[in-house]
Amino acid sequence: MTKIKSLADLKKMKSELQSQVALREKSETPEGRVLIRVGMGTSGIASGAKQIMEFLIDELEKRNIDAIVSQTGDMGYSYAEPTVEVTLPKQEPIVFGDVDQKKADDIIEKYIKNGELLDGIIPANYETIDKK
Amino acid sequence: MAKYKMHMLVCGGTGCHASEGQMLFENLKKEVQDNNLENDVQVIATGCFGFCEKGPIVKVIPDNTFYVSVEPKDAKEIVAEHALKGRAVKRLLYFDPVRKEQIPDSKHMGFYKKQLRIALRNCGMIDPENINEYLAADGYEAMGKVLLEMTPEEAIKEVMDSGLRGRGGGGFPTGLKWQIASKNHADQKYVVCNADEGDPGAFMDRSILEGDPHTVLEAMVINGYAIGATKGLIYIRAEYPLAIHRLKIAIDQAREYGLLGTDILGSGFDFDVEIRYGAGAFVCGEETALIHSMEGERGEPTFKPPFPAQSGYLGKPTNVNNVETYANIPVIITKGAKWFSSIGTEKSKGTKVFALAGKINNVGLIEVPMGITLREVIFEIGGGIQGGKKFKAVQTGGPSGGCLTEKHLDTPIDFDNLLSVGSMMGSGGMIVMDEDDCMVAVAKFYLEFTVEESCGKCSPCRIGNKRLHEQLDIISKGNATEKDLDNLRNLSNVIKDTSLCGLGQTSPNPVLSTMDNFWDEYLAHVNEKRCPSGVCKDLIRYEVIAENCVGCTACARNCPVNCISGERKQLHVIDQALCIKCNACLEKCKFNAIAVI
Ligand SMILES: Cc1cc2nc3c(=O)[nH]c(=O)nc-3n(C[C@H](O)[C@H](O)[C@H](O)COP(=O)(O)O)c2cc1C
Ligand code: SF4
Ligand code: SF4
Ligand code: SF4
Ligand code: FES
Repeated sequence: MTKIKSLADLKKMKSELQSQVALREKSETPEGRVLIRVGMGTSGIASGAKQIMEFLIDELEKRNIDAIVSQTGDMGYSYAEPTVEVTLPKQEPIVFGDVDQKKADDIIEKYIKNGELLDGIIPANYETIDKK
Repeated sequence: MAKYKMHMLVCGGTGCHASEGQMLFENLKKEVQDNNLENDVQVIATGCFGFCEKGPIVKVIPDNTFYVSVEPKDAKEIVAEHALKGRAVKRLLYFDPVRKEQIPDSKHMGFYKKQLRIALRNCGMIDPENINEYLAADGYEAMGKVLLEMTPEEAIKEVMDSGLRGRGGGGFPTGLKWQIASKNHADQKYVVCNADEGDPGAFMDRSILEGDPHTVLEAMVINGYAIGATKGLIYIRAEYPLAIHRLKIAIDQAREYGLLGTDILGSGFDFDVEIRYGAGAFVCGEETALIHSMEGERGEPTFKPPFPAQSGYLGKPTNVNNVETYANIPVIITKGAKWFSSIGTEKSKGTKVFALAGKINNVGLIEVPMGITLREVIFEIGGGIQGGKKFKAVQTGGPSGGCLTEKHLDTPIDFDNLLSVGSMMGSGGMIVMDEDDCMVAVAKFYLEFTVEESCGKCSPCRIGNKRLHEQLDIISKGNATEKDLDNLRNLSNVIKDTSLCGLGQTSPNPVLSTMDNFWDEYLAHVNEKRCPSGVCKDLIRYEVIAENCVGCTACARNCPVNCISGERKQLHVIDQALCIKCNACLEKCKFNAIAVI
């Protein structure tokens, strides 16, 4: 290990390391952040949910949006997978179906940034563990 | 560097370690690897989550899923279900005994809702054995700020303005203590961290040291700079092997990075830390006794003044602070005195960590803002009394504190309020009692502890507490008179007024507060020779209730002294002369046919 020789060094080191715990810190205070859950049932994984999740994580970070992206089980819409549920602060969750990269991009640009609704919304009748 | 989408935080605190936490951690790591998820899922061993009773704990981030009582063999299912398929393993979720439902994540647990974590901010959050995790969580930033951007006076002022008071029991203003030490000039000064933690059942300081050792080191450097000391000593009881292990790792890592040692961060300031071991005597937590013990002398208190700030370790000005006090310092520096003093009550700022124990549903380690009520702590965070029984009392302040009752439940908890109702904050023990607890027996329990732990140097404490204990014993046997109760009170007051150190000065508190709040119970023992809670063995009898007994013989077969007689399907009878009151018959009888009278 090399020594940290100045406050500037320390700050630099911190900014390099920060991402290690950022997700944990964010999850401590989910209030006020955009919460996104990607449906990852067996059919979800097969239909590319994992790639969508990675895309969302990378792009949200690049576009400086304070969001927490997690995966969830099968949402019960295997016909529309991959599915993505977005909860804007203080709003009801909205589920988007058949999300591909283009649509994920729209979700970020239109819905998350501007609150514009897109087509492909699935009525939220599913049960998730939170609701039980 | 891998960008993890999921973090699995496995508790590596003593409570969970003891119950196979380590194996669980290794199994989870292995499962993650076997499923080729090592770039997606990070498995980390953290410090205590506070929910040790239900350990080992695993918390999954970002959804905050909170798994309890996890066994090593559960690792497979957690990875297969949760990490691969995104489905929580329901059978491992916490079941709320009051709401009678499973709780999906920590955010919905009553236990966490009213907590505010400042001193415990990193416990259950970072890997305490990896300095990089601490650095990532703003670690050593406060130290950097103080060493390079603040004068010692400014640092002291910040701590003073924050209103922080010592968490080791006394509640002395920390900033003022630092100021006094800074003004005493000497060629060498010392900074001492008190990690003796001797209260029965307390583990606040242990958890901080196990879960976030660097925060204490960082605070000690700040303390050293503020008062002009270059040497730090941590006095820790040898029975805390895991805390010691992690502290050693932390010290080594901090030295390697140059965060301890000479010319820290190019500031020109030198500071280093050493560990000293205590044998685990309660009195060695008292600061003068602690200092003598570190000097290799007997761990006995001496009269103050001189205070350690004037003449402490090796006769030099010494600043002693508690572990939890220190854990608040870095946050006060980074977030500012104003932020800190916005939390809490007028004269008690910030939060306090408590070890919640006794007849309560959620036993564990909690951190709450000062000013929260006992009711909120016991019934919301603690989830109420076990088995739906009736709340009777709550003991705060350990052997120096007192028992509070129903009528104190809405008292906002802070240093001064607890004192004014005859108890004290102490270091943070909080034991909840229900209708089955006898207050005379409780007082006796604490006196037993005090008698055992008294160093014997001064007679009011050495002899007086022994007498107090004897008196309580006589009361519990039904051999006392009301006059004895007067004597008990008088003797208590004398011990309080004439003992040399805090141990003796506070040891009668459990007696006095139970007498104040449960006088009827004392009278019942004395006048009616009756223990209303059915605890004091000499005052109770086990009897068979004839109407309920079906003659199943279970009691007779389980009585260790064979004092129950009766034929099959006939009424059974207990021979009172032989009964040793072991409770076995009552536990075994399925027909509610045995009663304590
Ligand atoms: C009998 C007795 C035991 C004590 N035990 C402890 C202890 O275990 N830990 C502790 O920090 N302070 C303990 N104290 C208080 C210390 O004397 C001292 O006040 C404290 O460490 C100062 O730190 P603080 O101002 O940060 O609380 C004890 C005091 C007495 C009288
Ligand atoms: S009060 Fe008790 S513990 Fe304190 S010095 Fe006297 S005998 Fe020792
Ligand atoms: S209390 Fe114990 S000793 Fe007494 S009768 Fe019951 S089992 Fe026997
Ligand atoms: S166990 Fe209960 S019911 Fe059975 S013989 Fe004993 S007292 Fe009677
Ligand atoms: S030691 Fe694991 S939760 Fe406390």
